Amino acid sequence: MMHFVRNVWRLGVKELRSFLADPILLVLVIYIFTVAVYSVATGAKTEVVNAAVAVVDEDRSPLSRQIAAALLPPYFQQARYIDAEEAITGMDRNEFVFLIDIPPNFERDLLRGDKPSIQVSADATAMSLAGIGVNYVSSIISQEISVALREHGVSSDQPINLVSRYLFNPNADSLRYTSVMQVINNVSMLAIILAGAALIRERERGTVEHLLVMPVSAAEIMVAKIWANGLVILIGALISLSLVVQTILGIPIAGSLTLFAVGIAVYLTAATGLGIMLATFASTMPQFALLAIPVLIIFELLSGSATPMESMPVWLQDVMQLSPSTHFVAYAQAILYRGAGLSIVWPKLAMMGAISVAFFVIALARFRKALLNG
Amino acid sequence: MQEVAPKVAQIRSLTHRYGDNAALEDVSLDIPAGCMAGLIGPDGVGKSTLLAILAGVRRIQSGQVNVLDGDMTDRVHRSRCHVRIAYMPQGLGKNLYPTLSVEENLDFFGRLFGLTPAARRERIDELLAATGLAPFPHRAVGALSGGMKQKLGLCCALIHDPDLLILDEPTTGVDPLSRRQFWELIDHIRARRPQMSVLVATAYMEEAERFDWLAAMDDGHILATGTPDEVRRAGGHETLEEAFIELLPEERRKRHRAVTVPPRQADGDTAAIEAEGLTRRFGDFVAVDNVSFRIEPGEIFGFLGSNGCGKTTTMKMLTGLLPASEGVARLFGKPLDARDMATRQRVGYMSQSFSLYSELTVRQNLELHAHIFELPYDEIEPRVLEMLKSFELEDVEHSRPDDLPLGIKQRLQLAVAVIHRPEVLILDEPTSGVDPIARDQFWQYLLDLSRNDGVTIFISTHFMNEAERCDRVSLMHAGRVLAVGVPRDLAESSGGGSLEEAFVEYLEKAAAPSRMTDGVIGRAMPEPDQNGRGKAGRRSFSLQRLWAYTRREAMELLRDPIRLTFALAGPVILLLAFGYGITFDVEDLPYAVFDQDQSLESRTLIEGFEGSRYFDEKTPARSETELIQRLKSGEIVIGVEIPSGFGRDLLGGHHPEINLLVDAASPFRGETAAGYVSGIAQQYLAERYPGLAANIFSVETRMRYNQAFKSVYAIVPSVFTLILTMIPAMMTAVGVVREKEYGSIANFRSTPVTRLEFLLGKQGPYIVLAYINFLTLLAMAVFIFGVPVKGSLPALLLGSLLYVAGTTGFGVLISSFTNTQVAAMFGAAIISIIPAVNFSGLLVPVSSLSGAGQIIGLSFPSGWYQPISVGAMTKGLHLSDMWTSFAMLVLFALAYLFVARIALRKQER
Repeated sequence: MMHFVRNVWRLGVKELRSFLADPILLVLVIYIFTVAVYSVATGAKTEVVNAAVAVVDEDRSPLSRQIAAALLPPYFQQARYIDAEEAITGMDRNEFVFLIDIPPNFERDLLRGDKPSIQVSADATAMSLAGIGVNYVSSIISQEISVALREHGVSSDQPINLVSRYLFNPNADSLRYTSVMQVINNVSMLAIILAGAALIRERERGTVEHLLVMPVSAAEIMVAKIWANGLVILIGALISLSLVVQTILGIPIAGSLTLFAVGIAVYLTAATGLGIMLATFASTMPQFALLAIPVLIIFELLSGSATPMESMPVWLQDVMQLSPSTHFVAYAQAILYRGAGLSIVWPKLAMMGAISVAFFVIALARFRKALLNG
Repeated sequence: MQEVAPKVAQIRSLTHRYGDNAALEDVSLDIPAGCMAGLIGPDGVGKSTLLAILAGVRRIQSGQVNVLDGDMTDRVHRSRCHVRIAYMPQGLGKNLYPTLSVEENLDFFGRLFGLTPAARRERIDELLAATGLAPFPHRAVGALSGGMKQKLGLCCALIHDPDLLILDEPTTGVDPLSRRQFWELIDHIRARRPQMSVLVATAYMEEAERFDWLAAMDDGHILATGTPDEVRRAGGHETLEEAFIELLPEERRKRHRAVTVPPRQADGDTAAIEAEGLTRRFGDFVAVDNVSFRIEPGEIFGFLGSNGCGKTTTMKMLTGLLPASEGVARLFGKPLDARDMATRQRVGYMSQSFSLYSELTVRQNLELHAHIFELPYDEIEPRVLEMLKSFELEDVEHSRPDDLPLGIKQRLQLAVAVIHRPEVLILDEPTSGVDPIARDQFWQYLLDLSRNDGVTIFISTHFMNEAERCDRVSLMHAGRVLAVGVPRDLAESSGGGSLEEAFVEYLEKAAAPSRMTDGVIGRAMPEPDQNGRGKAGRRSFSLQRLWAYTRREAMELLRDPIRLTFALAGPVILLLAFGYGITFDVEDLPYAVFDQDQSLESRTLIEGFEGSRYFDEKTPARSETELIQRLKSGEIVIGVEIPSGFGRDLLGGHHPEINLLVDAASPFRGETAAGYVSGIAQQYLAERYPGLAANIFSVETRMRYNQAFKSVYAIVPSVFTLILTMIPAMMTAVGVVREKEYGSIANFRSTPVTRLEFLLGKQGPYIVLAYINFLTLLAMAVFIFGVPVKGSLPALLLGSLLYVAGTTGFGVLISSFTNTQVAAMFGAAIISIIPAVNFSGLLVPVSSLSGAGQIIGLSFPSGWYQPISVGAMTKGLHLSDMWTSFAMLVLFALAYLFVARIALRKQER
């Protein structure tokens, strides 16, 4: 046993030295945990920002002008007045996403109690913007009309008064969501790439043969690779969370970073094991990359980090329960966004642990076989 | 040398550098024409660089070079030379295509030189017959032996009857019989066409004896030129190898000691290594066939044979690296068990290529091995120092192996292999490519280990003079041991009296029944066919050459399962992942209610949610704390809190307040959910209690193009943009860069094919492949995701064709300035994905992008294809609505090709 620990330790130190001596990998890891997190988090927003709106104003009353003027930056660009013919072709040509059609004599009909209606069209091929934006546009219109009506002493209140309290992210800021999820996705990506590349590198350079004539077992080699590469990623992820997310982007982290670190460690066993497993099917880096890319995309996109699990078909949700990334994303979201403690997240941790053991065993079997067959 | 002798090449003050290293330094040389001229010297002295420059495939940095009476810096002369010079680069079958058959390879070269189909057929048959390859026209080149590959390489070089044949180390790693046949073949060709000049580089000094003229090279300089006799005389020694060492500069020479082999004291009768009927199969292929031998302790046992004859496999079985399919290997009488760590302690192994950690220093490598082999802790430091001292590594202790010359690296490998004082040392071709002085020095160490420490040494080599130093050798070929014995005895047993001739005799005996050597000698070489050459060779654009590349690329692609699988299955997987994975649909939201009122009205309100596809009710909560706890765990996304007195206030028209607790960690889902809740609640109550609603005006919302507001209708066509840029760009980039990595790019450099023909030829198959991808995606969109084409199908079909022409063109462009497949792949993926995801309209509509974002988006084809795919599929548009996008796509395809043509160089730097 002592023998095992000593060899794992020495081989792991060798792994770390190899990693530190490879400037390309080092720069890649730093880039991924800093620049990539920052740029994706600040670049890919799902908020309504800078949306282009056009107005067909057939009423030309003070109220209609007031409505158009109420659409303000940063949510909306200044509304463009167009005529009815342009309304269809303009949206076809992606010139604007929202179109407000105010019918003739709208203000007059409203005050007479003729129950007129305003039409808001959204380009529903721009999913993220259209979905929330159309609610924004109609509530702004309703508000402007209510204000106008109140001046005339008419109330337009709804039967109940709904008060929404946004928990865990009071301003519904997408930056908060994407920045943390970006760190999580990068953990998965690097785990697969680094562990796989570490094996392929030994194979391409012939050093794997050398390892095999030394008195070390396949399990020792693999555990050493897992701990060394895992450590690099763990440190990178924690630095990324505290430096880039908390300090530079100024985003609060709700839960315990220690608990999160424990989860990463468990998850990394499974993810690095998967990387090693993929690497055993490839003999060169290009082949490894061709295998890893589709796996990575599925691993990340379908884990619930890009889109909520419940929106996926049920069969797919069931299949994805086998992926450690699904549980890791749920675990990370509970701790980092909602401040959940161990009493809440332990089932997810246990699931990850079970999957990690399974992945490790399969990867080790593959690894042994691949080594023996050169 | 006579002044009048015609010259095939004249070189004046040629200098060539790679970074700070000078491969050639101020070389001036005249190479005689019409004879067999040779360059001799160990690896890395500049032979290959010189040959590449003479062949016109490498650019001249400084100096003047005339080949075939023309200046090689002149582009017109060079392109004329492509049909007159044949160049065979270093490496076994380096410029051949391993997955293509013998005949397909020859056919490709025939097409490149513009031969008509009939002429090709005739030439191929003649050449195959003359080289003895005729029985295997359909065998894949990858499955040929080294000797056969080199013969095929020669056939490919001769297909257009060159005036100058340039061969770079054509016989390195080839067995002695094939080597001899190869040279006989060359003699034969020269006898038929005496006007042809042949220029050969070799590291085997013995081979140089047969050249008419040679130049000895070392460290970028010419040491001596002349006939072999003249060079020997200049060095004052009997063999060229000794003469070569004598010609080296004083300071290099003084470290050299001639190797003398002290006699070995035979002791005891236990065998150190014993193999009995060892056999190893890889599938159907028998790599090692029933090999038996016995090695005594302290003996130096040599394994002699060509590349791929089974030497390495046998050695791996003896180290336990590879289990034997049949037979036993014994180490000191005990059967070898790969799992037994104790045997590994007794064996030291040095593999064929350098296999230490190049990221660790010399000292760190030694320490790592000392630790792993569990030397007692206090012995490690002294042992490492001892190794550094006795292998003369003290000066380089803190250097990394990559910075050291090959000779020193091999010394380090030996030091590492013996650090744990093994009793047996297994060395796989430790001296390949090492210069003669370092090789002799290496042997001093080996003799010392064997004679003084009693270490049993098992060594493989293909140098005959090294084999002669072994106590016993075994001659190996095609997985079988042909003979075992004391080198001198073996040599004397043959008529010629040398080990090499003995080996050739054994090989001939073994090979006779297999027909492999049939027809090598005696069959006439084809007469040159002056009409067949130069037809397409002179043309500046030839469809035949373009088609040669397209055809070959397609064949290679179809035979590469990993690339083909990725290319065909990749888009399917991606569309499934994106189609299901990126959705803005918010459905089946888990929610729980904390109803403090429990009235008819509160239950009516809750009823409103139950019928909705957006919500999925969980068990009611009993407190606000419970709601928050359940939100934290992620079990529910919305908590609805109904206050007591709700029913009373509602009926009383007091607009009672309802609290919604929304998990906004994912803000899009949170906001959308809150919007749905309030919409449904207000509408449901207004219907049930019509008197309460104000109902003075209405805001009607319309989701255009996508009434149900389902993500698939928008995401699936948008994802086409992404997939059809990423995969085709990657595949194309890899397709071109592969040739650079594997060396077959030499064929582009040394044949008449032009840059445009090459690029278009390579791009062709990938356009077809990408279009197959598109059709697959379209079928999936329609039949799996149920996204119909509402607009014009012809517009979509045409737009997609233009788009993949652009994206494959982008891949070609990337490949023209990357050198490794990994760089090409990541470069193509990252550069094409970023604009496609962020700026083409996939996530944010182009109209809402900032000015810079819009410009970036429109600078890539993805920004113009996105409106076409979404327009034709979901918006129901037609060609006339989108013609500018089509025009732009055409422009991109042409522009990429144009830039790639400029960036691709016909000559290497």
